[in-house]
Amino acid sequence: MTESRRIAARFAELKEKDEGALIAFITAGDPDLKKSKDIILEIDKAGADIIELGIPFSDPMADGPTIQESSERALLAGATLPGVLKLIKEVRKTSEIPIVLFGYYNPIFVYGIERFARDAAKAGADGALVVDLPPEEGRDLKAALDSEGLDHIFTLTPTSNDKRMEIVSKESTGFIYYVSVAGVTGARSSLSKEIKGSVKTVRGFTDLPIGVGFGISTPEQVREICQWSDGVIVGSAIVNIIKRHAKSRELAKKVGRFVASLKKGTR
Amino acid sequence: MKQPDKDGHYGQYGGRYISETLMPAVEELTEAYAKFKNCKDFKEEFAHYLKEYTGRPTPLYFAERLTKKAGGARIFLKREDLCHTGAHKINNTIGQILLAKRMGKRRIIAETGAGQHGVATATVAAMFGFDCEIYMGADDIVRQAPNVFRMKLLGAKVNSVSSGSSTLKDAMNEALRDWVTNVEDTFYIIGSVAGPHPYPMLVRDFQAVIGKEARAQIKRLAGRLPDLLIACVGGGSNAMGLFHPFLGDESVKMTGVEAGGHGIRSGAHAATICAGNVGVLHGSKSYLLEDRNGQIKHAHSISAGLDYPGVGPEHSYLNDTGRVNYVSITDKEALSAFQTLSLVEGIIPALESSHAIAHVLKCAKDYKKDDVIIVNLSGRGDKDLGTVADALGNKI
Repeated sequence: MTESRRIAARFAELKEKDEGALIAFITAGDPDLKKSKDIILEIDKAGADIIELGIPFSDPMADGPTIQESSERALLAGATLPGVLKLIKEVRKTSEIPIVLFGYYNPIFVYGIERFARDAAKAGADGALVVDLPPEEGRDLKAALDSEGLDHIFTLTPTSNDKRMEIVSKESTGFIYYVSVAGVTGARSSLSKEIKGSVKTVRGFTDLPIGVGFGISTPEQVREICQWSDGVIVGSAIVNIIKRHAKSRELAKKVGRFVASLKKGTR
Repeated sequence: MKQPDKDGHYGQYGGRYISETLMPAVEELTEAYAKFKNCKDFKEEFAHYLKEYTGRPTPLYFAERLTKKAGGARIFLKREDLCHTGAHKINNTIGQILLAKRMGKRRIIAETGAGQHGVATATVAAMFGFDCEIYMGADDIVRQAPNVFRMKLLGAKVNSVSSGSSTLKDAMNEALRDWVTNVEDTFYIIGSVAGPHPYPMLVRDFQAVIGKEARAQIKRLAGRLPDLLIACVGGGSNAMGLFHPFLGDESVKMTGVEAGGHGIRSGAHAATICAGNVGVLHGSKSYLLEDRNGQIKHAHSISAGLDYPGVGPEHSYLNDTGRVNYVSITDKEALSAFQTLSLVEGIIPALESSHAIAHVLKCAKDYKKDDVIIVNLSGRGDKDLGTVADALGNKI
């Protein structure tokens, strides 16, 4: 199945065009699962290259207030992992945008690791990134995802030493998510000057594309980072727009317009 | 077999379920602990502060009138309530701050439920001159006001956490968020045998002084090993501290007492092992209170220190192997035991420890008069006077 993996194919296409990948994060089910579908389709239309779809969790300890609250709203609106998988199935009727499931381990563990991999593949997901599951504890999930042809994406961070870079580079598939700051998710007005050098260091350990995330919120930041990375992940800034316009009929369009402005930064 | 394995697993439990940012920090801590724990200078300094600062060894007190009241085995109380700061928590905070000092960290953070661990952390931070921030659920700040003031007097900043259930689990989420942000210079003093490896192991080792002392004391006082050990279990550090040195003694039975809240059937409880399922939270795999979709449920207990939907991974393991038996005691039973111990022994216990007292009052009569039960009196009840007065309809 490897040759048909959507994530690798998308990065390859972008490389041809000399473009960076815009990876757009939303929490599935915020404000509800139906609207999430409309938002994803608009994000796709607006030119985003990959969707990172958050599985809401009651205790998101790696997230800042924006995504914590988004997760809470989604849970209150009744989002569950089966619901998220159904949402992907709906999206797949009309869209081929690569989708990475992003979340915490417990909902996946309780659902069942093999069942998760099988159902995620069946629904049309392309990979998973589990924040609180380092490679050492993630062997079972990785094997299950592998056997379904799904990518297992791991993160590297400013605290990662050579040993961690080696372990993570070896285990990750699809791309490497480089976390730009030691901290939680959330928009930040300025980015550390050290990220560029760190991404270069990571390149010494892997041939996989490297996406940079955490704290990135403006087209200018996207443009800067895409000069030396293979893509950027934007989350909280998009989630803020969803929060602000949750009740608006124009919700999906507004998110789409913002994503289009971010995408320009990658070209 | 010796637990945990090199990656911090107790059977299927434990491990390291944390974000990549924290992996180097827990690896650094694991290495530092391995290096210092057998180091003469570390051991001597730890023993020194336990003795001269904490006031150890704590007495093992024969509770004669409680024994009579319960009508069975002889009951001995391990008086951790007499430790400096009023609970066993300080055994661990001294151990961890000595590690922090050797690792060159400058700043201490901690989560707290009842405030006992927060106070114990603020205390050692003051003594060693560290900056200290404590995370505490907004609800707990209300019900444990005296401890909040104590922490402030000790120079700690107390951060109110109002996400989720506004209790211990949320305080721990927020402490983890602080740690991930400030990991370069910050040492996270976890207060229970929970969290990612090596915390469950090192907290157990620092608390094991309880069981080591009790073992020597009971041999001297009764000329034999105990038949039963009883301790309350929230995260489970006082229980693990008492139990661990006796695990190899086959004749010694052990019971961990969880918080039954309004009763297991009510759904409002914190009886993680008695009524939970396996899951992953706060860095380790263990029993948890969770719904069928893997979302963490809110725990409930009258005792803030037991009000936690998880439990230390080694307890989960000891439950599954059958070595330790876990039961639950309701808010009401704990409250009644709180009053009983005050009246018959002149000792006001913490609401957490009152759960263990309530259980011994139930089970002592199933034992022979010559049998010996040790109950860990993990803390004193001063901090709970407001809660108890409210529950009894009194005003202070």
